[in-house]
Amino acid sequence: MSGQPDQTENAETARDRAKAYWRANLKLLGKLLAVWFVVSFGFGILLQPFLDQFQFFGFKLGFWFAQQGAIYVFIALIFIYSHRMKKIDREFGVED
Amino acid sequence: MDTQTLIYLFVGASFALYIGIAIWSRVGSTKEFYIAGGGIHPVVNGMATAADWMSAASFISMAGLIAFLGYDGSVYLMGWTGGYVLLALLLAPYLRKFGKFTVPDFIGERYYSDLARLVAVVCLIFISFTYVAGQMRGVGIVFSRFLEVDIDMGVMIGMTIVFFYAVLGGMKGITYTQVAQYCVLIFAYTVPAIFISMLITGNPVPQLGLGSELADGSGMHVLEKLDAVLVDLGFNAYTERTKSMVDIFAITAALMLGTAGLPHVIVRFFTVPKASDARRSAGWALVFIAILYTTAPAVGAFARINFINSVNDTPYSEVAEVYKNYEDLGLVAWKDKNGDGVIQYSAGAPFLGRPEFDGETRGASGERTVTNASTDNANEAYVDLDIMVLANPEIAGLPGWVVALVAAGSLAAALSTAAGLLLVISSSISHDVMKKTFMPHISDAQELRAARLAAIVAILIAGYFGVNPPDFVASVVAFAFGLAAASLFPAIIMGIFTKTMNKEGAIVGMLAGLLFTFSYIVFFKFVSPELNVAENWLFGISPEGIGFVGMFINIGSAFLVKRFTADTPQDVQDLVENIRVPSGAGAAHDH
Repeated sequence: MSGQPDQTENAETARDRAKAYWRANLKLLGKLLAVWFVVSFGFGILLQPFLDQFQFFGFKLGFWFAQQGAIYVFIALIFIYSHRMKKIDREFGVED
Repeated sequence: MDTQTLIYLFVGASFALYIGIAIWSRVGSTKEFYIAGGGIHPVVNGMATAADWMSAASFISMAGLIAFLGYDGSVYLMGWTGGYVLLALLLAPYLRKFGKFTVPDFIGERYYSDLARLVAVVCLIFISFTYVAGQMRGVGIVFSRFLEVDIDMGVMIGMTIVFFYAVLGGMKGITYTQVAQYCVLIFAYTVPAIFISMLITGNPVPQLGLGSELADGSGMHVLEKLDAVLVDLGFNAYTERTKSMVDIFAITAALMLGTAGLPHVIVRFFTVPKASDARRSAGWALVFIAILYTTAPAVGAFARINFINSVNDTPYSEVAEVYKNYEDLGLVAWKDKNGDGVIQYSAGAPFLGRPEFDGETRGASGERTVTNASTDNANEAYVDLDIMVLANPEIAGLPGWVVALVAAGSLAAALSTAAGLLLVISSSISHDVMKKTFMPHISDAQELRAARLAAIVAILIAGYFGVNPPDFVASVVAFAFGLAAASLFPAIIMGIFTKTMNKEGAIVGMLAGLLFTFSYIVFFKFVSPELNVAENWLFGISPEGIGFVGMFINIGSAFLVKRFTADTPQDVQDLVENIRVPSGAGAAHDH
């Protein structure tokens, strides 16, 4: 499925398509926000005391996530979202 | 050339550049004034957003805070970057698709209510003024330290510069000056950091230097050494958490949610051409921000090491000249409690409160006499956290041009943020209060005049606060983020992710979140500061983190009220469906 909706397609199908598009978006959002939570609140805060027993390039691992690692992952998450959404937009024919 | 001449040269050249851009980018319509015509390239917008976001506090204060908080300082690093993930995934693309001018615009249309719009304007003005007063103060401090003018004079000069490009060029002028300011500030931040990282660890990349071995041949890592030295002096270890876990969690969350709800940041994403550009642009914004934010913890740790090495157990007569300059400004003080002429630095406050000096009288070693009552610990040294970044190049003995660069960079950071804030304040007055609520018949030209007038008034008020700083400026930063997290952020999110949230729910939610957060902070910060300890806090959450709870109160009360009130009209539900898909941007203008 690709391209613009057919001329003859009725409003009902367009509506379903919009719903399916929104569901695909929410699914992607859920996955990415889970990672967002795990690297910052998880590794950087809740698990920091545990992770600090491991050394990582001269850092305690939990400390590294809190002051460096989480930020790098945040950047990656936004670009992954932007990239994947472009694809989803095209797939559902709603790109801008 | 001596350092002072270089400072005048660098600061003068950067100001000339900003004014030049202002004259080049004069605007003629409200669309240009509010959102720069909506045609800004996503990477350019990302850079402007980074400058908009990184304030005098990020540039001057953050590394110093981290230097003294250690692991606990992570709340700022994660909190002030993690919010961009929420912004990119949950807000920016939809608000761009909506395609209007201001944040209250969205709230007003989505909740089909002028009351909701006005509540949003009140939140926006409170958040933004809190912020802007701090920027103007920062400008004043930098001027007084580096250009040897009076703090008040410094504030006036800063106001004049902002006046030029914000009033003439609106969002367009601000965008292009912010790009220039980003370049100045990031260069000014990273160059000294690289130098200092080289000096301390031999590794030119500060982010890696922080994890490297010290270059002094001891074979110890930077953080290992800091932990050992600090514990020795009676402090907590640098990499250990000292606040409670629940408080660290809540503060980080409040800062993230607040970041995503700050109007001057959100409005930057109205300036890109398409919804998909808004997503990408947020990514670039975070790249540009992360360059500074991942450098800051290194700068903080190095500064702490440098400070201890150059001050502790050093006779006052041998201490570096730079400390004496800051002593003259009252940002550093020494009270020779044991009368041995040597500075002892350790945990605890050296005396009660901020230093009060006995005029120009000098003590036995030549230090300024401090009149505060001594505490009974061994610490003799007082240091204001803000000098960590400003004085770092001089403490490390870097060349004069690096010092000059830091002066220009910190002014760029303060001015860019101040301008962005003043713009959202003035546009919410001229657009939301006047055009959309009380004077719908004014023409575009009249609205533009009103916007410029509002910008002038906002600059004057901000300047007034800069000259006469309310002494609570530092403690109200929590306000800005807490209130944004508890009021605007949930209202926008519910507006996008539910079709059924109605105006009654949204208004009650915003007011409940706002009122709860506001009262909690006011109670612990101003009414009964003596009760501001963990035992008295709700769930052990400090006023800094209470916006996180405020958000749940907002959402909870909104859904409760929604159950008992009328449904959202069909045309608003259609509007929500429309903003959820990127295609057809601009169509949202037509109703």
